[in-house]
Amino acid sequence: MTDAVLDIRDLHVALPAWSDRRHAVKGVSLTVNPREILCIVGESGSGKSMMGKAIMGLLPAPHVHADRGQILFEGRDLLTLGTEAMRAIRGGRIAMIFQEPMTALNPLMPVGRQIDEVLEVHTDLDAPARTARVRALIEDVHLPDPDRMMRSYPHQLSGGQRQRIVIAMALALEPALIIADEPTTALDVTTQAQILHLIKELQRKHGTSVLFITHDFGVVAEIADRVAVMRQGEVLEEGRADDVLVRPEHPYTQALVAAVPGLNPRNRAAETAPPLLEIRDLVRTYRLGGGLFSRNLREVKAVQSVSLSIPKGSSLALVGESGSGKTTMAKCVIGLERPDSGDILLDGQPMTGIGRAQMRAFRRDVQMVFQDPFASLNPRQKVGEIIAMGLVIWGTPRAQALEEARELLRLVGLQPEAADRYPHEFSGGQRQRIGIARALAVKPKLVVADEPVSALDVSVQKQVLELLDDLRRQFGLSMLFITHDLRVAATVCEEIAILQRGVIVEQGSTADIFANPQHGYTQSLLDAVPGRDWISSLPAA
Amino acid sequence: MKSFNARFYGNPRVYLGLVWLALVLIAALFAGVLAPRDPFAIVGQPFLPPGSEGFLLGTDSLGRDVLAGLIHGARTTLMIAVLSTVAAIAFGTVLGALAGYYGGIVDDILMRLTEFFQTIPWFLFAIVLVAILSPSAMNLVIAIAVVSWPPIARVVRAEVMAVKAREFVQAAVVAGQRDMGILFGQILPNTLSPLIVTGSLMVATAILIESALSFLGLGSPGQMSWGFQIGAGRSFLRDAWWLVTVPGIVILLTVLAINLIGEGLNDALNPRLADL
Repeated sequence: MTDAVLDIRDLHVALPAWSDRRHAVKGVSLTVNPREILCIVGESGSGKSMMGKAIMGLLPAPHVHADRGQILFEGRDLLTLGTEAMRAIRGGRIAMIFQEPMTALNPLMPVGRQIDEVLEVHTDLDAPARTARVRALIEDVHLPDPDRMMRSYPHQLSGGQRQRIVIAMALALEPALIIADEPTTALDVTTQAQILHLIKELQRKHGTSVLFITHDFGVVAEIADRVAVMRQGEVLEEGRADDVLVRPEHPYTQALVAAVPGLNPRNRAAETAPPLLEIRDLVRTYRLGGGLFSRNLREVKAVQSVSLSIPKGSSLALVGESGSGKTTMAKCVIGLERPDSGDILLDGQPMTGIGRAQMRAFRRDVQMVFQDPFASLNPRQKVGEIIAMGLVIWGTPRAQALEEARELLRLVGLQPEAADRYPHEFSGGQRQRIGIARALAVKPKLVVADEPVSALDVSVQKQVLELLDDLRRQFGLSMLFITHDLRVAATVCEEIAILQRGVIVEQGSTADIFANPQHGYTQSLLDAVPGRDWISSLPAA
Repeated sequence: MKSFNARFYGNPRVYLGLVWLALVLIAALFAGVLAPRDPFAIVGQPFLPPGSEGFLLGTDSLGRDVLAGLIHGARTTLMIAVLSTVAAIAFGTVLGALAGYYGGIVDDILMRLTEFFQTIPWFLFAIVLVAILSPSAMNLVIAIAVVSWPPIARVVRAEVMAVKAREFVQAAVVAGQRDMGILFGQILPNTLSPLIVTGSLMVATAILIESALSFLGLGSPGQMSWGFQIGAGRSFLRDAWWLVTVPGIVILLTVLAINLIGEGLNDALNPRLADL
């Protein structure tokens, strides 16, 4: 098509000499047509964000720069434009929506004024006309009470509201193209569904083109007209969303689609075992503020009277959005936090209301797999020592513990030689395997996994989940699996408890909850799963 | 990402600093070989200018060899500076680590103590300490360490608080490691970079304090030092300029060299600041 809004031709983006590869983007040619949403999908390191930055002229010069190709926008090559001309296009004709709405807004300025500033810089409108326009924009993104909203500061808004303001700013000058770089990744699922809906609605209404960068095929299914799949700086497959999602041609795309966790719930084990972990009426309240001289304490009820039980050898997923108290629950179970009231029993033994020394005895039985594979391994310890640490503490001779660590590394699919290397030499997925090996080293009865795959790419996510599942069976472990993602919960756990603002609103077997959700919140979580219709249409793996 | 070595040794300023420091270190280590005679011995005419026969940097008011004094002074000055820095780091690290790790009331008490030491004018405090304890090499080390540890404690405390929140520390707690094991095995090794940088710069400050105290006559008696040389030569500034100027330049270059190395360490250990 000749009247494409954006026409990228043979784009190369060079990386500095000391990085592990020469190019972040290698010979990418893409077009964005008027009134369409093009999704660029790729895992980390695919060069998808670099491409967005290259279009906006935001590459971190001088180390990273486009060394070949053209980016034609409305007939002009953006790579050869001067700073002034580029500035007029940025904001004016091309707008950008970032991943993290908090950092994209100025915390010291009311949001209305921030939108107003865009208009002031780029248009000749007078003050009353601008105010009317700001108001209209805020109404456009469906924020309640526009007048109050205009005077609010970013910190007074929720994440979803902030992202709406960012979208309003992007729309302020009626741009021809909006580049959205993972705009919903930092948001909760239900908010994500609303924002995706909003972007689609506004795109139709204003006739804008959107270049949407994401890692999530579910999001693609929700929003895209066309899709381009990227890996290591190259476009592997491009086509209409319906075609690529249903009949992917490139093997890599096929693998990615297959790795998307399905919504096929797992069935409960037939026999019922006695409970391993029992939680009764757990309450944990945080008291904020209130230093030496101030008396106004603010209470946050993180967990309010939660009761749960996990039978031996089974696994329970605790599903909730941010602020639901799921991490606080995990910390109470693992003994990193003390609950205010309520009981936690492991194998019938109370873990609450006991001293530090008695608590230490439970350390061996309950282990944790952490969320962030980069923060959870000590960068100054060798992998072997990290895994062997628990064993050494519990009295295994050092040499024997290191030997067991090697064995565990083999078990989680790594080379035993990895024991002599440092964590930074491994990728995110490999580090998470090391984290799992560490948790298993002391042969615990219960493993608490706090969002263990949320920091990983989809294909790696699938492998790690399968590994966890295998090992669980092999060791006869029970697991408390904490996640925000119903899809992930469905793949690994027989039972699900849905947590909302510190209260369990629904609890039962995964199959029952998926088939017949009782609570309104569960229903909205299920509806918010991105690309739900598409996922259900996939053949069960 | 370039390696630490490439970033550190590839820096020309670090190179200059290392060359000068190596010269000073050689002088300090081999003082007895390079200048075998007692630096206090009267070996020639007084007030011989630099370049005189047999005395490269001249002689002082009593006919002592200035170069020999510098070589022996390097030993005294460096020893006192390094020992006092090590003592300050050891004490400051333990205090800062305990305050940062335990927080709450422990933190309050230890930090108020640190602030108490920080509010006293440090040079006057050092003078008072040496005056009370009587001047000796050991007491100089104590005085300098006592006035230098608070910044170390603050740096370590801040780092420990930051590292403590990382997940691998929670993993160690969950594994059942004891508090001291976690603090010294998991947390402190991860606070080394800022500690090395602060410590290396502190050696330079310690040299300055030692020289200043010696200049005031509170130095270690019977041991030649750079500050003592300046102090002894100050009354003859207009007649024999080299007595003050030469040791002064040596102190300047040494402090500068250590600062260059310290900054090079900082750039190499915190590459994000250097690259952007």
